[in-house]
Amino acid sequence: MKFVDFVSREAIRTNIEADNKEQVIRSMSSALLEAGKISEDQHESIVEAILKREELGSTGIGRGVAVPHTKHPSVKELVGTVAVSESGVDFDSLDGEKVHLLFMLVSPPDRPGDHLRALENISRQLRDETFCRFLKQSKEPADVWQLLEEADNNQFV
Amino acid sequence: MNEQFARRVVVITNEQGLHARPAQLLARLALQFDSIIDLVRDSQRVDAKSILHMLTLGADQGTKLIIEAKGPDAEEALDALVRLVESEFAADETIGQEKSG
Repeated sequence: MKFVDFVSREAIRTNIEADNKEQVIRSMSSALLEAGKISEDQHESIVEAILKREELGSTGIGRGVAVPHTKHPSVKELVGTVAVSESGVDFDSLDGEKVHLLFMLVSPPDRPGDHLRALENISRQLRDETFCRFLKQSKEPADVWQLLEEADNNQFV
Repeated sequence: MNEQFARRVVVITNEQGLHARPAQLLARLALQFDSIIDLVRDSQRVDAKSILHMLTLGADQGTKLIIEAKGPDAEEALDALVRLVESEFAADETIGQEKSG
């Protein structure tokens, strides 16, 4: 699965202003709402489900990256977005590092395979340090999108 | 130095596969041991102490993985890790918020 298959271009945010986990998650889900990927009446329910998932264990996967996510019956296909935080957000990651790059995923409950393929793609691409660093340095959503497209075209691995 | 080498085959049997939560549980457990611990899927070999690296396996239900450990507590580490996989990541599935409802 490629980035362009699940990342909503209109919902990418850079220079995100958030000091904590809840703020950044709210900010990203608002971006999905504004992009028309999730519905207004489901917004709060999705935020709460993602926060609840974080309580089970941080989705900070190391290297300054987190993948906050949930399954939610209101989406018909996997939707996702990317956020970049220059100052970093404390995310209780296993390696203790602040998170600068976030991939949020909301998937239909009956499609565990899609969710796993998206995680596989994200982690595989982020193993490349250059790609990871460039993404974290992105100043504009358009820069993020371009990097994702380049990664999809195997320009990093 | 009492250097051990241990190797076991496991199958991912839980419905959701080796997604973020199981990977986190595995990494957290693996980090408690001094041995070097790898997960191997076909020709891919990854560090079992890194969530990021384990997620690159994209191991869904039915995937066969080899767990290898090298170091002073290799046998003990493998016993614990195999138990976690075979329990279908017990903590994960019993809390179960990820289950479809």
